[in-house]
Amino acid sequence: MQAAAPILAIDRLVVAPAAGGAPVVDGISLAVSPGEVLALIGESGSGKTTLALAALGYVRPGLAVRSGRIRLGATDLLGAGEAKLQDLRGRRATYIAQSAAASFNPALRLDAQVTEPARVHRLRPLAEALAKARLLYRRLDLPEPERIGQRFPHEVSGGQLQRFMIAMGLIEGPQLVVCDEPTSALDVTTQVEVLKAFKAVIRDGSTAGLFVSHDLAVVAQLADRIIVLRRGALVEQGTTEAILAAPQEPYTRELIAACRRWDRRRPASPPRVAACAAAPARLEVVDVTAGFGPREPMTGRPTITAVDAAALAVRPREVVAIIGESGSGKSTLAQVIAGLHPAAAGEIRLDGAALAPAVARRSLDQRRRVQIVFQMADTALNPRHRVGRIIGRALAFFGRAPRARRPARIAELLALVRLPASYAERRPGELSGGEKQRVNLARALAAEPDVLICDEITSALDTVVAAAIVRLVEDLRDRLGLAVLFISHDLATVATLADRVVVMRRGKIVERGPTGELLARPTHPYTRLLLASVPELRIGWLEEAAGRRAALLPEFAETGAAPVADVDRGREDAHAG
Amino acid sequence: MHPSLRFALRRFAVGALILLAVSLLVFVGCEILPGDVAQVALGQFATPESIRALHQQFGLDRPAPLRYLEWLIGILHGDWGMSMGTKVPVAQLLGERLANTAMLAGATTIVAIPLALALGLLMALRAGSRFDRAASVVVLALSATPEFLIGTLAVMLFSVHLNWLPAVAQVTFGGGWAALARSLLLPVITLSIVVAAQIARMTRATIVNLLDLPFIEMATLKGVPRRRIILVHALINAVGPIANVVALNIAYLVSGIVVVETIFAFPGVARLMVDAVQARDLPVVQACAMLFCFAYVVLILAADLLAVLFNPRLRRGIHPDGSAG
Repeated sequence: MQAAAPILAIDRLVVAPAAGGAPVVDGISLAVSPGEVLALIGESGSGKTTLALAALGYVRPGLAVRSGRIRLGATDLLGAGEAKLQDLRGRRATYIAQSAAASFNPALRLDAQVTEPARVHRLRPLAEALAKARLLYRRLDLPEPERIGQRFPHEVSGGQLQRFMIAMGLIEGPQLVVCDEPTSALDVTTQVEVLKAFKAVIRDGSTAGLFVSHDLAVVAQLADRIIVLRRGALVEQGTTEAILAAPQEPYTRELIAACRRWDRRRPASPPRVAACAAAPARLEVVDVTAGFGPREPMTGRPTITAVDAAALAVRPREVVAIIGESGSGKSTLAQVIAGLHPAAAGEIRLDGAALAPAVARRSLDQRRRVQIVFQMADTALNPRHRVGRIIGRALAFFGRAPRARRPARIAELLALVRLPASYAERRPGELSGGEKQRVNLARALAAEPDVLICDEITSALDTVVAAAIVRLVEDLRDRLGLAVLFISHDLATVATLADRVVVMRRGKIVERGPTGELLARPTHPYTRLLLASVPELRIGWLEEAAGRRAALLPEFAETGAAPVADVDRGREDAHAG
Repeated sequence: MHPSLRFALRRFAVGALILLAVSLLVFVGCEILPGDVAQVALGQFATPESIRALHQQFGLDRPAPLRYLEWLIGILHGDWGMSMGTKVPVAQLLGERLANTAMLAGATTIVAIPLALALGLLMALRAGSRFDRAASVVVLALSATPEFLIGTLAVMLFSVHLNWLPAVAQVTFGGGWAALARSLLLPVITLSIVVAAQIARMTRATIVNLLDLPFIEMATLKGVPRRRIILVHALINAVGPIANVVALNIAYLVSGIVVVETIFAFPGVARLMVDAVQARDLPVVQACAMLFCFAYVVLILAADLLAVLFNPRLRRGIHPDGSAG
């Protein structure tokens, strides 16, 4: 492998903000040979995406290459003109982006976008490119490969869209594929399928891969070698076996530890003292049905049911987790409880008293007592307001602090989420993703709520940052006696935090129970499928998982439930979005 | 029913409702307008008796709701009533003026909109360049300049100093096309500058905003040339906002060009309305107001339909094609 001339050779590359400042990529060298997959691993801010984009001779606006060399085959990318770069992008080197949903043009059909490289590079007639695309759809297990490309991006599910992205990256048989977190936005069960498909396709040819990820467990399934990055600098590199078995640097060990938070062979979170078990439920969800579209005249049910007769209860000082894939209705249920999406049937009770379905009809005090924090930390904050003003508004709205006491209270709330008081003067743009999510929590806490709904609050964060947020939620629960409803698709997070777990699938609650028990002995096949899909930090897991899934899927047929069919999910996703 | 057809039908129905509401507002507005046609027509010779006689002649002595209904039913039959000042059917009066205004608006649309779109796209294509910055300043200055200033300057330059074009637009069809074009040229130039500046600015802003989106970066990384990125990937997503700006500007050309028509003594609908308001010739005022609102409703409706047509999420409604179900 090392004998072959490298496809990609980066030599002491330094990329820094054009306006000056600390380098984003600081003197990194690497080489990728044909048929080899090299993984770049690190947290956000490690410079891994900048480095990956540089492999295509692209630097984002605002950044500039200060020194170094990038060669793709015999081509010097930094010396190449725009025309030359245009010619090799999409043909010799391709890019698979993290968010397929954002990376496809919403107004163009998928076929047109997947075959666009052939069109702009005039490589082959369109009919031939189309035939090739359909061949790839088939190999990537997309349903109806002959017809599905006629759809628009919003008409397929997230997992399918990611596969279209892979097809787009592979269609011209590139020498180098750069993948930037290609599965990070996917559900675990979809991730297994996409990884499997990707591995199969890349293993067939002589294509080299540069694979960017923050998830070591995913990387372990694909990469031959791993480079660990931190703050733009190279921390450690070696073969996948060596890095996993004998990491040399403390930072690498920390990353691996964050990945091994949850080991299914060890018990999950130790069962907490049943102090809360006796307390009456603070929040009750009673047979709630909700969905989208007009109601059916006969049954009163919405045309598309997102939540189907769901019932659960959360007691003070208790964390109840809802897990399930996207489209399972868990976020809709969160919105129903918060009053953002009135239910078609059923009731939400707070300390036994029924709440109005719509938040506008709830009293100010009821609204104050139920607070929600969303997944996207940055879109939930007004970028033009300072943190102090953002939190102060909630204080003023709920009348929790007289004007004179507000600055002190804001400082208290910031301290509660472990941020320095000086952050009150900052704007969201000056905060990291984890810090923004802490501000969101502080704003929710400004209302002094009794119930806190966390809707995928760690999903957009790095592993280590997410772990810190989880510890914070745990701490807040204990100190403030909150009843927490924690919605997540990440089983590892749930395992360490939740007292009880509720599994949702297609709007229905399929299984529930104390966390340790449910994760150790799942009874519903879907729960078992979910558990079997969480990547483990060892080589060869992917193949085993694929085998286990194959064994589990027939059980769905027997229990009368169809397997997690993407065809249907595409539809649900379209509505949810 | 197909979701976009349902959308179109619903919008048509809403448009009709808006026009109905507008007709009520227009009628009530004219009712509470101070002054009175008889008073204006009779001037200082008005006696209570003569005013009452004139009121009777126009049917103004009858209750307002009844007159409103008659007026509304008349409109639906194409009968706009009789001008009180000139005793000519309003439809006839309107017909001549409407042709003139349509000609002015049409000529401006044909000149200004392609020019504006091309300029806006060119600015977006070279965003940040010296050309873009210079053009942005000029376009911003022009869209902030009131049209009476542009019109007056145009008259000073082309009519007074250069003596190329007539200062007054005498619209006569007898003089042949060349004379007609000469008389239209100055108003069209004035209006085109105002309208084009605004559309170009909006086009540039819409496209430049879109260029920050991840799918544009993705297209760059696929090796798509910048020109194709803007003309295919960005433009198709900009149709909705741009269509709305264009529609608003055309609506302005139909209804809001009083100032320009006055400067060039252009016999269009807007002038007709101003004259009618001065004469308290209410049937004419009402007809003009209804016409302007009609133009707005139709143009905005057209822009919305165009936006839906170019947005697959809206076009296909919430249901994907049958294969998913």
